[in-house]
Amino acid sequence: MKQVTAVKGNAVPLNRADVDTDQIIPKQFLKRIERTGFGEFAFFDWRKDEHFVVNRPDYRDAPIMLAQQNFGCGSSREHAVWALEDMGIEAVIAPSFGDIFRNNCSKVGLLTIELPQEDVDYLMSRAEELPGGEIQIDLESQTVSVGGGWARHFEIDPHTKHRLLNGLDDIGITLQTEDAIAAFEEKRDALKPDTTPALASATKMG
Amino acid sequence: MSEPKTIVEKIWDQHVVHREAGKPDLLYIDLHLVHEVTSPQAFDGLRLAGRAVRRPDLTLATVDHNVPTTDRSLPNPDPLSTTQIEVLRANCEEFGVPLWDIFDIRQGIVHIISPEHGLTQPGMTIVCGDSHTSTHGAFGALAFGIGTSEVEHVLATQTLPQSYPKTMSVEVTGELHPGVTAKDVTLAVIRHTGVDGGVGHVIEYRGDVIRNLSMEGRMTVCNMTIEGGARAGLVAPDETTFEYLKGREFVPTGDDWDAAVESWRALTTDEGATFDTYVTLDGSAIAPHVTWGTTPAQSVPVTGRVPKPEEASTASARETAARSLVYMDLDAGTPIVEIAIDKVFLGSCTNGRIEDLRAAAEVVKGHKIASTVSAIVVPGSGLVKRQAEEEGLDVVFKDAGFEWREPGCSMCLGMNPDILLPGERCASTSNRNFEGRQGAGGRTHLVSPQMAAAAAIAGHFVDIREFNA
Repeated sequence: MKQVTAVKGNAVPLNRADVDTDQIIPKQFLKRIERTGFGEFAFFDWRKDEHFVVNRPDYRDAPIMLAQQNFGCGSSREHAVWALEDMGIEAVIAPSFGDIFRNNCSKVGLLTIELPQEDVDYLMSRAEELPGGEIQIDLESQTVSVGGGWARHFEIDPHTKHRLLNGLDDIGITLQTEDAIAAFEEKRDALKPDTTPALASATKMG
Repeated sequence: MSEPKTIVEKIWDQHVVHREAGKPDLLYIDLHLVHEVTSPQAFDGLRLAGRAVRRPDLTLATVDHNVPTTDRSLPNPDPLSTTQIEVLRANCEEFGVPLWDIFDIRQGIVHIISPEHGLTQPGMTIVCGDSHTSTHGAFGALAFGIGTSEVEHVLATQTLPQSYPKTMSVEVTGELHPGVTAKDVTLAVIRHTGVDGGVGHVIEYRGDVIRNLSMEGRMTVCNMTIEGGARAGLVAPDETTFEYLKGREFVPTGDDWDAAVESWRALTTDEGATFDTYVTLDGSAIAPHVTWGTTPAQSVPVTGRVPKPEEASTASARETAARSLVYMDLDAGTPIVEIAIDKVFLGSCTNGRIEDLRAAAEVVKGHKIASTVSAIVVPGSGLVKRQAEEEGLDVVFKDAGFEWREPGCSMCLGMNPDILLPGERCASTSNRNFEGRQGAGGRTHLVSPQMAAAAAIAGHFVDIREFNA
């Protein structure tokens, strides 16, 4: 996973609630077998509207996205995170996130930052009025700031923070406890099913 | 006597492989279900790192999301889908993972095939790269959807780092009226909690209504848990669960069965155990529901009208409702029963089981679908399809004008050619009415199988309770 320490730049204000991952990356683009190349299809249907905020040249290179509550709800497709990442988004700030999306972001290295509604509303109107307005996110100190003394602390679980700051691969961390996994397997309930019988040759349809 | 525990806590504690302060628990995963869409990049990751699948014997793959539901002896019309299916086949071969492939009668929607073979059992941890993995919670399993990075993690280690969730008790009391189904219960729950009410939680569904549901009904309720924001929802196992499981292929037999049942009974939430959040609904007050908007929480009883956005409780809900009405091309105040439909989709991991098809066929029998409607039935699995054909349900549907298809996810998400055209309106038994979910510009109304069947015949929504009269 890539290392994340700070994000600095302007923010695209996607002032909508309950943006589901079907909107972030529609299903017709899930057929790729690679992790790359999803960015051009991000928000595909909404981008058909030339006035849609993501289309505006002012926000084209914004590394931050602002959104309303429950951003990334719905489908577990990690392709949504890859699409945002591929379009240059490094952090999303919203009042709340869908659980699976948020978890997926933490595996890919995209920051999800929860701020109270009034703070998101402030940043949203600021970004709408001042498209180039810079926001600074510092992971080490867990702060979002915009200059002029406005700064807010955000919460992040210490383990995710540690992984992001150091760009640590989750699988690598888990495999350090491989002995514990093997020990667990030794005493695991023998009555639990295994799928080996499923290898038996296919029964044809009809 | 130890501290009283919820079923969630009991299953969790039984699966902790490693616990360390300041870190999430490392949980063992009993069953990993794999499909063609969210796995290719995970297998690639294993190859890149030179890793094996740790427990192919706790892994099962099938193809469901993008398979055609039309005649499969013909070439797949979509080359990209063909590639994804071939890549899964090659990956399963290379890593030794069992695959129920496209011509195997055991093929079907991943959340339907595992329970019907008895692979899904109480007390297990089950994951899949699909948010509707919550379905398996119906058996008292802790089951949740994961992303592709986590799919790779489970393939490599058979574990997942997870932080202990908050718990929510959703109790549905009383008794359902005739014509009211598990689908209406889940739509009513989500309408009550909102689409984010369950974020951060695992739900235990409780109460007489839940207890009196069949396993199929419980699967419908647990399936849509994610639509209320919670990753997992479960029902404590009971006689209904054991009755369903007994004799299925992967379930223990003889003395092992008795031992298994004893351990399953012990999973029940202890008297005095507490939840972080409590929700109670009166089941006898639930009517058949129809969604009118673009989130699963935007539903009303079929006797109601499309609501006025200005009546929503928050500014954000008002704005969302107004946007939804524009997308859905509906006027506030329109009676639900006056909404005409173009298509009907019967199927999905929410309502593609044999009981769903029986219930819909019961409504359809002796009728013809409206001339303005086209309708498809997509059984959830090869076994559901065969069972339905043995019972003559296929004939009932075909005589009425429905198309009878091969199993898969189909029009629930429209990754295969089964899609809505722009502007088309669909009565669907699936789980998501998001913008474009069933096809760009398509308009989805979520309903129960009975309500979908009745709408197909009438050409518009009808109250199933009067339709039968």
